[in-house]
Amino acid sequence: MIMSIENLQQEEILQSRKAKKFSLWLGMIGMFMMFAALSSGFIVYTASGVDKGIKTILPHAFIWSTVAIVLSSLTMHLASKAVKQNQLAKQKIYLLLTIALGVVFFFVQVEAWSTLTSRGIYFINTNASQSFIYIFTGMHLAHIIAGLIVLIRCFIGAAKPIPLDQNTFRMDLAAIFWHFLDLLWIYIYVFLLLNQ
Amino acid sequence: MSSTVISHDAAHHDSHDHHHETFWTKYIFSQDHKMIAKQFLITGIIMAVFAMILSILFRIQLAWPDKDFPILEVFLGKWAEGGRIKPDFFLSLVTIHGTMMVFFVLTAGLSGTFSNLLIPYQLGARDMASPFMNMLSYWFFFTACVIMIGSFFVESGPASAGWTIYPPLSAVPSAISGSGLGMTLWLISMTLFIASQVMGGVNYISTVLNMRTKGMDMWKMPLTIWSFFLTAIVGLLSFPVLVSAVVLLVFDRSFGTSFYLSDLVVQGQILPNEGGSPILFQHLFWFLGHPEVYIVVMPALGITSEVISTNSRKPIFGYHAMVYSLVGITVLSFIVWGHHMFVTGMNPFLGGVFMITTLIIAVPSAVKSFNYLATLWRGNIRFTPAMMFAIGMVSFFISGGVTGLFLGNAALDINLHDTYFVVAHFHLVMGSASIFGMLCGVYHWYPKMFGRMMDAKLGYLHFWLTFLGAYLVFFPMHFMGIDGVPRRYYSFTNFPFMEKWVSVNILVTWAAIIAALGQVAFLWNFFTSIFFGKKATQNPWNSNTLEWTTPVEHIHGNWPGEIPTVHRWPYDYSKPGAEADFIPQDVPFSQTMSSNQAHDFEGNEEAIRIQEQWNKDNNRTVEG
Ligand code: HEM
Ligand SMILES: [Cu+2]
Repeated sequence: MIMSIENLQQEEILQSRKAKKFSLWLGMIGMFMMFAALSSGFIVYTASGVDKGIKTILPHAFIWSTVAIVLSSLTMHLASKAVKQNQLAKQKIYLLLTIALGVVFFFVQVEAWSTLTSRGIYFINTNASQSFIYIFTGMHLAHIIAGLIVLIRCFIGAAKPIPLDQNTFRMDLAAIFWHFLDLLWIYIYVFLLLNQ
Repeated sequence: MSSTVISHDAAHHDSHDHHHETFWTKYIFSQDHKMIAKQFLITGIIMAVFAMILSILFRIQLAWPDKDFPILEVFLGKWAEGGRIKPDFFLSLVTIHGTMMVFFVLTAGLSGTFSNLLIPYQLGARDMASPFMNMLSYWFFFTACVIMIGSFFVESGPASAGWTIYPPLSAVPSAISGSGLGMTLWLISMTLFIASQVMGGVNYISTVLNMRTKGMDMWKMPLTIWSFFLTAIVGLLSFPVLVSAVVLLVFDRSFGTSFYLSDLVVQGQILPNEGGSPILFQHLFWFLGHPEVYIVVMPALGITSEVISTNSRKPIFGYHAMVYSLVGITVLSFIVWGHHMFVTGMNPFLGGVFMITTLIIAVPSAVKSFNYLATLWRGNIRFTPAMMFAIGMVSFFISGGVTGLFLGNAALDINLHDTYFVVAHFHLVMGSASIFGMLCGVYHWYPKMFGRMMDAKLGYLHFWLTFLGAYLVFFPMHFMGIDGVPRRYYSFTNFPFMEKWVSVNILVTWAAIIAALGQVAFLWNFFTSIFFGKKATQNPWNSNTLEWTTPVEHIHGNWPGEIPTVHRWPYDYSKPGAEADFIPQDVPFSQTMSSNQAHDFEGNEEAIRIQEQWNKDNNRTVEG
């Protein structure tokens, strides 16, 4: 049996890509654990006294940011579909849309913070349940920044353009990560709504 | 059959093929798992020596609390004015000793070295799933080490809130001198460390699940791999929790939030923080902290399984039971953290729940101990230095595990918590056991790492000094603990009831000094053998696992030709009917007709038929 080196190389690249994709899933589990820890911290803390708890209505801005990020998930999906059909122009447009929606999400969250502070609910607070709102959203935003960097890297790859299969693979990973950030926000939002 | 020769660059990642190896890419920013393993090991050893010296310093204070040692002032300057260690510095010493030993030596030094070395080797992979991330993992770890050591050079001294950094000591920068910049550096260092561990762990898991060679199904993996794999899972699920705990801590320290702080008066000043709960931190910390102790011990368990089986020339007793008990420990380790918090005013019912889960963890631990003993039983034992350390590891695991049962009893723990009894418990079961597992691994795989052998005589000297030293240091501490001597006290002779323990403390300190000197034998052996050791043969211990099928000279991609295919489990030692007393994993059954058993074929009827035919032709009778 004689296998050409190229064949083997191809096989090993595929294997290593599979492993990389898998690593991404593992990384997302790790990130989720961080938020799970914050959630249980929140629950333990809030149960420690009747004067604890969110004790306010969450800002409406969160609804708008939710809309923005869900839409961005949709455009991201379309972008990775486009690259699979080798439509690079379409891919770039949808990617830009996704990035724009991600930026919108970012600013709407910050807007929500200023709504909170205008109600006197500050980060530095003797009722730490309220500080937790900032922690949840802030840590999520830190991840959004990472997500935006990933998207920009995809865009650069598409603009150059890098070889199609590499481009597809990159988009694949980026899409998984971005959808994860979307779901993570929905988890946080629902968690906070249930506790408000 | 002609297999193409896959040279090193064929084995390689995405697009770039011919990369020229320079000094920098080969030794410094290497992406090769073997080099990264060596980097982890040597960094780990340096950290261990550093942390050991710290422990000798605080042992001196404990043995001779009223004596001055002018020499100390020469080395430590203002931290030992007049030749006596200052109380603040004493606390820094125990804190950094604990942090370095638990995290840098026994987590990164142990998992980092052996997971990197053995996962690709024993599974038949050319490298890790993501060599680049692997390299980053090492450099994050290295930076973490530098920062932690650097904290000794700041004016206010290193962190001093204990390795568990409980608030408020850790959360109020003005609390004691170590709570200031030293604590900040501790937090930065540990954040980098966690990033390093998560990257490493993701890589290990992903490699184990995706990169196994042909024939290597999960149930053919050596126990080393099982333990590294499960350890990485525990790490991936628990380290991020510590990140969250630390994020909240940082905001309390530097931004004035009140997650952990409430009702504090520091030096006559009332702090503004209200409403926080230090217990919240303990929950978050121990949710990592307890799994962390298993992160430390599980790789040692895996390494010793392998070494004990190889050197007893016997299959490991109860392979499946060994795997299932590792899995059991993995799962249970997440639901016992409350046993560190029995005296925090925890609801007694909840305490009872944690007590039960804690005691259940003793079951898989005991299963493992019995299996080690049964493997040794009537084995054809070869007492190599690695084997000595493996047996030592089993000894410490048992004698330290037994006291876990005492501590796990919520009622007994009220007396024992925060005494020397706890110190004795975890230094035996975690400290000594996993250091011995690590040393065992170093002696065993040294020929694979450096292509040369370590000196056996020095190895035995090192073993006996360390083994006796460790028992002499930690065993007496049980009695002190039962008598109520608290841990982390700077000058316990200020309390009359403890004065009688001075003599024991002197014994312990001398034992510690001698054991520490014994490490010189190891360091000498380790570093000189790299250059002058006897050249190693390809398979010096007649072992079955795949790493011994690679050439002694390291090459990129590990195997010069095709990766071997795996046909059997790794523990075919002294199989009845076989020519040699070991059959490597890549030997097909067709070459070992005289020793095959019916169950080797896992129900493959065609193979069984051929074997039976052969048995008939050769007059072989198979018992059972
Ligand atoms: C086998 C590996 C084990 C390791 C590595 C280990 C490690 C440790 C460590 C590091 C501590 C000290 C924490 C501190 O106060 O700073 C500790 C405490 C404790 N261990 Fe273990 N342990 C092990 C096994 C066990 C077992 C089998 C049990 C019970 C069946 C147990 C029960 C306890 C309890 C209850 C404490 C808390 C004592 C206290 O702080 O009052 N451990 N262990
Ligand atoms: Cu524990």
